[in-house]
Amino acid sequence: MFYREAGEFRTSYTDDGQTFPIAFDRWRYYAVLAIAFLVVPFVINDYWANAIFLPFLIYAIAAIGLNILTGYCGQVSLGTGGFMAVGAYACYKLMTGFPDINIFFHVIGAGFITAGVGVLFGLPSLRIKGFYLAVATLAAQFFLVWLFNRVPWFYNYSASGQISAPERTVFGLPVTGPATEPWAAYLFCLVFVVAVAWIARNLTRGSVGRKWMAIRDMDIAAEIIGVNPLTAKLTAFAVSSFFVGIAGALFFAVYLGAVEVGEAFGIQKSFLVLFMIIIGGLGSIFGSFAGAAFMVLMPVLLKNVLVGGLGWATDLAAHIEFLIVGGLIVTFLVAEPHGLAQLWRVAKEKLRLWPFPY
Amino acid sequence: MILRLAALALAGAVAAGPALADLTFPSLSYRTGPYAANGIPFADGYADYFTLINERDGGIGGEMINMIECETGYNTEKGVECYESTKGQGSLIYQPLSTGITYQLIPKVSADGIPMHSMGYGRTSAANGKVFEWVFNYPANYWDGASIAVKHLLEINGGDLSGKKIALVYHNSAYGKEPIRTLEELAKKHGYELSLLPVDHPGQEQKSQWLQIRRDRPDYVLMWGWGVMNQVAIQEAANIRYPMENFIGIWWSGSENDVLPVGEGANGYKALNMHLPGADFPIYEDLKTYVYDTGMAAGAGDQAGTVLYNRGLYAAMLAVEAAKKAQEIHGTSAITPAMMRDGMEALVIDAALMESLGIPNFGPEFEVSCDNHGGSGLGIVQQWDAAAGTWTQITDYIASDREVLDPLIAEDSMAYADENGVDMRCE
Repeated sequence: MFYREAGEFRTSYTDDGQTFPIAFDRWRYYAVLAIAFLVVPFVINDYWANAIFLPFLIYAIAAIGLNILTGYCGQVSLGTGGFMAVGAYACYKLMTGFPDINIFFHVIGAGFITAGVGVLFGLPSLRIKGFYLAVATLAAQFFLVWLFNRVPWFYNYSASGQISAPERTVFGLPVTGPATEPWAAYLFCLVFVVAVAWIARNLTRGSVGRKWMAIRDMDIAAEIIGVNPLTAKLTAFAVSSFFVGIAGALFFAVYLGAVEVGEAFGIQKSFLVLFMIIIGGLGSIFGSFAGAAFMVLMPVLLKNVLVGGLGWATDLAAHIEFLIVGGLIVTFLVAEPHGLAQLWRVAKEKLRLWPFPY
Repeated sequence: MILRLAALALAGAVAAGPALADLTFPSLSYRTGPYAANGIPFADGYADYFTLINERDGGIGGEMINMIECETGYNTEKGVECYESTKGQGSLIYQPLSTGITYQLIPKVSADGIPMHSMGYGRTSAANGKVFEWVFNYPANYWDGASIAVKHLLEINGGDLSGKKIALVYHNSAYGKEPIRTLEELAKKHGYELSLLPVDHPGQEQKSQWLQIRRDRPDYVLMWGWGVMNQVAIQEAANIRYPMENFIGIWWSGSENDVLPVGEGANGYKALNMHLPGADFPIYEDLKTYVYDTGMAAGAGDQAGTVLYNRGLYAAMLAVEAAKKAQEIHGTSAITPAMMRDGMEALVIDAALMESLGIPNFGPEFEVSCDNHGGSGLGIVQQWDAAAGTWTQITDYIASDREVLDPLIAEDSMAYADENGVDMRCE
C-alpha cells in the first residue's frame, strides 16, 4: 500500500542509487534520526544513558566494524576486544598527552592508531584463511591485553594499572568524567554512530565494498577478475579496526570512565561482538544495530522484569537470564540463520507485495 | 530502531518500578560467576544483619531498612548498570565489594554526592579524606595489609628479613596490583627480595607461577587473590609441597571456601583478617532467633559463621552504626546520603560499642575523621586448622607501618587531586 516503488520517478543516477529507494524507508530513516537527535536528548536520564543507550550505541559501532571485516570481507576475527583496548589506550594516551586538543579528535586519532595496529595483525590474513585466521587474531587479542597489562607506560605508571578518563569538553560541555550530563554523552556517541554507519554503508555500496564481497565470496575468482587481495583484505582490516578503535575509545572515555584491560577488553568482549553480528546478520549495517540491541538490551530487560517486576532472587534471575538469552539465540538462529537483518529483509519483501502476496 | 529500543526500555523501566522505603541500602552483590564462592557469603551476611536490625530493633531509629540487591557478577559494566538503577532510589551508601567497580564509582559517587565504603579494598589512597570526600575505606586498606603481613614475617624472623625472598602471587588487576608499591617500599626498608607473579583473571591456570615458585624457593609467599584463584593457588601450593605456614593470604584470600577444597593439604595456611573468625559471638543468638528461625535468612542460609559471612555482617554493622551517628548528628531519622556521609566521618567504634552490639572484640577499635577515612589499619593473622575445619587467630591486632604508608597515601591521593582538580578539605 504505502511500502512500494510504484509512484517513485527517478530522473537522475543519484536518485537511482540512493540508499533507501522506497520513500517510506527514507522517511522512516529521517524520523529515527530526528527522534534520536531532537527527542531522546531531552528525555534521557542517567540510567537510560549509562545502562541502555551508551552501551547500545558503542557496541553498534564495534559491531559495524567487525561486520565490515567478517560480514563483508569474510575474514573471521576474534581480536575485537584487543582492538577495542588499542582504541581505549590510544585515546587515554592522547587525552593525557595532549590535553588541549578536543576529545573529538582524540577519539578519531585513537581510531587511526587502531587501524594501523589492525593492518599489522591483518598481514597474516594474506596467507591464512578461515579458522586459521581466527586463531591468528585470537593471538592478537591475548597479545594486546598482555601488552597493556605489562607495559606501565600505557597506563601512565598508575599504581593500580587502571586507566581513568579525565574530564574533557566539547563546546565547553564535559563529555567525559563524572560531571557529564547524560544527554551530552549520548549525543557525543550518537554523532559517532551516525557518522560511522553512514561511512560504512557508503563504503560497502561502492567499489571498495564490492571488492571485499568478491574476496568473501571466492577469493581466487576475485583475484582472477582483477581484485587485489592485498589491498582488499588490508583495507578491510584498516577500516574495521578504525571503527572498532573508535568504539573502544568511547567505551573507555565516555561510557565506563575507568577500565582495566583484562576485565573490560578480554576475550569475552570479542565473542560478544562476534555474537552480535552473527545474530544481527553478517554483511548488514542494520544487522549490526539489531545485534547490538539484542545483546545489550535483552539482559537489562530480563533483569528488570525478573528482579524488579517479579521480585526473584538476583542469582536465580542471573542464571535464568543466561538460559533465556541463550535459548533465544538458538531459536533465532534456527528460525533464521542469516540473523535479524534477514527477518527484516523478508518482512520488507512481504510488505512490498502486500496485500496480494504470491 | 530507536523507537523499538525505547519501547523495550520503557517496558523495563516500568517493570522495575522504584520501591521507595525509609532507608535504602543497596547491595551490589555477586552470586554468579567465578567470584561467586566469595560473593555469596558476604552478600548473605550483609543482608542478614539488616534483616536482624529490622526484625529486632524495628529498623534504625525507627526507620525500616530497605535493602535492594543487584547482581554485578564482579563485572564493571553490570556494576555501572546497578549503580545507575539503584542510585535514584535514595541509596545511602554503596559497598560494591569489587576494587574494579570501586574505581569506576569513585568519580561518580563524588559527583552524585553518595558515600561509598570500600572496606579493606578499593583505592587505598581514599584513606586521605582531604581528597576523597565521599569515599571511605576503614578499618584497614591493602597497604595496611601488605605492611601487616611483612610485620608478621618480621616477628617470626626476630625482626630481620634481610636476604629473605618473598614472592607475591596476585590477581592481575587493579586489585592485585595495589600492594606492589608498598611491598617495594618495605623491601627497601627491610632488605628482602620481592618477586612478582601475576595471575590472570579468573585464575584457574596457575601452573607456571607455581612452577616458578618451586624453582626459586622463596622463603615466603604472599597472595592477593579472590574467587576461584584462591582455591587454585592453595591447591597448587599443596601440590608442590610448599610449607603452608610460609604462605600468607590477604583478608580476601582467607575464607573457608578457599581452603576446604584442598582438604588436609591446606593445613597451616595463614591469612590476614580485619575481624575475628567464627560464630562464637552473642549476636549469633539474636540472628538465630530473629533471622534463621523465622526463615528470613538470605540465600541458602548455610553461610553463618564463615569468615566472609562475618565480614558481610561487619560491613552492614559499620553502615548501620554510621547511619545511627548521622541520625544523632542531624536530629532526624530520615537521613539523606549527605547526612550519612557526615555520620561515617564521625564514626567511632570502641570496645564498649562492639560489646553492646553482641560482637565483643570482633574488630579493631578505630575512629574516622575528616582527614582520615582509613581507620586504624589494624589486622590479625589467622591460621587454618584443617582437622578442626576452623580458622584460629594466632596474633593480636598488628598495626601497619604508618611511617612508610602515610607518604605513599599522600603521594597517590595528591596525584588524584591534581588529575581531577579536587580542592583540599579539612584545613
